Amino acid sequence: MRILKMDSKYLKEFLESLRMFGKLYGPIWKRDVLTHDHVENVDDLVLDGEHTLIPVKKLFHPKRFNTMRFNEEGFTPNYSMFEKRVLIGAHPCDIHSLLRLDEVFLTDPADPYYKGLRENTAIIGFSCLPTENSLCRSTGTDIVESGFDLFFVDLEDIYLVWVGSSLGHDMILEKEEFFDENVTHADIQKYIQWREMRNDMFKKSFNFRDMPDIMELSYNSEIWDYFAEKCLSCGSCTMVCPTCNCYTLTDVFDVTNKTEGRRERVWDSCMFVDYSLVAGPHNFRGKRADRLKLWYTHKLKAFGGEYGRPACIGCGRCVDTCPVDINVLTIAEAFTSCEVPAK
Amino acid sequence: MTKTQQIENPYIPEPARIVRHYDLVKDHRFFQVRHVDMKRAMSFTYNPGQFIMLSIPGLGEAPFSISSTPSRPGILEMGIRKVGKLTEALFKKKDNDIIYIRGPYGNGFKIDQMRGKDIIIVAGGLGVIPLRSILYYVLDNRDQFGRLFFLYGAKNPDEILFKTEFFQLKNRVDIECLYTVDVDTSGEWTEAVGVVTRLFEHLPEIDPSRSAAVVCGPPVMYKYVIQELLKLKIPKNQIQMTLERKMECGVGKCGHCVLDHLYTCIDGPVFTYWDTLHFRELI
Repeated sequence: MRILKMDSKYLKEFLESLRMFGKLYGPIWKRDVLTHDHVENVDDLVLDGEHTLIPVKKLFHPKRFNTMRFNEEGFTPNYSMFEKRVLIGAHPCDIHSLLRLDEVFLTDPADPYYKGLRENTAIIGFSCLPTENSLCRSTGTDIVESGFDLFFVDLEDIYLVWVGSSLGHDMILEKEEFFDENVTHADIQKYIQWREMRNDMFKKSFNFRDMPDIMELSYNSEIWDYFAEKCLSCGSCTMVCPTCNCYTLTDVFDVTNKTEGRRERVWDSCMFVDYSLVAGPHNFRGKRADRLKLWYTHKLKAFGGEYGRPACIGCGRCVDTCPVDINVLTIAEAFTSCEVPAK
Repeated sequence: MTKTQQIENPYIPEPARIVRHYDLVKDHRFFQVRHVDMKRAMSFTYNPGQFIMLSIPGLGEAPFSISSTPSRPGILEMGIRKVGKLTEALFKKKDNDIIYIRGPYGNGFKIDQMRGKDIIIVAGGLGVIPLRSILYYVLDNRDQFGRLFFLYGAKNPDEILFKTEFFQLKNRVDIECLYTVDVDTSGEWTEAVGVVTRLFEHLPEIDPSRSAAVVCGPPVMYKYVIQELLKLKIPKNQIQMTLERKMECGVGKCGHCVLDHLYTCIDGPVFTYWDTLHFRELI
């Protein structure tokens, strides 16, 4: 892959130039929450590596949107959300999460909404430094080799820029004068030191590689009951998880006297008690322990018959978010040590 | 963005007309539907054991087993119990009314593995609806299969679905029909009384390696029926069952029908007993 060098002083102007490729999106502060949203001013972008509360999936698998309109004549799909976009500031874990979501949503038959949003969005990745709860070194998602158009590694006075696609190449060509092909020995040294510094910054880790077997062996463990007892079924873990893709559909009538309305799609959570409830009523997963088990099966063992890999990308959001400390770390520790966490 | 017409959208339901309906028993109705587009109706094909998603605009969408056989194309048949919001609205529909369908979805029965073998169909209650598809498929392609045994149990004679049809089958020499009810409330029941597993006593000797079983019924039934099939020494991968789960998309995206790391809608709804030993939560 082609790697170029850019002086840091050009960053703002370069990012500004990307507007010709689409509407800019990236992490910005909004009502005291860091979130991926439309960027009016590139100075608002937060590119220092801080995590957004809600992961980048929201731009590709929107929290709530209208999939189609219906009336007496039938159903008409709604693709009004498609626009050319440039997403700036995706971290390696964000990019890995999109590659995992691709496996679900782009597998034939592709989800047309995700596909449309994905195909119309350029990904400009940015390096980050570990947060308090980052686990991406454990999950092998701390670096990224594909899934971006450009990827910027911040080495203070310079950026090393990985060119990951033909579109990324075109973006560079627009501001060719900012980029230097001549990566020196000193630059390489700087990069290596940065990698080492970053590797040493991880405060937490877990035994991700062995978790599929441990999950399988622990299926009937009473440790699940300990966690089930604490779980509030609030669904926060699923909302903040970058690889949670579940959704539910609801038909909503317009306020008219006619048969007119929309089929709305909203994020769902397998932690909710009615997640597996069918008419009858019969609930296939009425117990909290069964719902927790399902979530951790997907995150730490395998998800999807076709692409059976664990879905956790180590962002640490469940560690940050769960109000009762149920997360990949406490689960992995409890099942590895066969002991429930000390109070 | 490319023109919207070029976007393939598997979620868009297609209009279909109710061409005929009648009540099977109380709150259970039989529907025959046909795609409004005649070409689509004639080209629409499926495997026994597959399902469709049925929509009523404003009321939502839910999965329903196809009860007809692809060997009789053109019309789709379903047996539906009035049990929720959507089915209540469906029961208010009249002949010629339009509903919306998409599919077919799911894997269906492994018919290639069943060819040349004796077939044992075991249905409990509503479970007979999806099995009616494979039943008629085998009858329509009678030369491709060995002996055919159809075991069907319901709670009482008033809950036997497709009663006329199924009793007519008893006149055929190429199928052995064994029916039972848990309790005879009518006093006029001429068949067996007792749970469906009791019917296994009436089966003749079979060659287990040359036999295939398909099972569908209420969750409680599987354990007991499978015990009987295992007693007959039928290999675990030759026992197929079709399962029900909550489904919203039908194509492996929405997550609701997940079982371990499989999706009932794409990896199922037909699973073998062997699968259930490897993937928990199946039955």
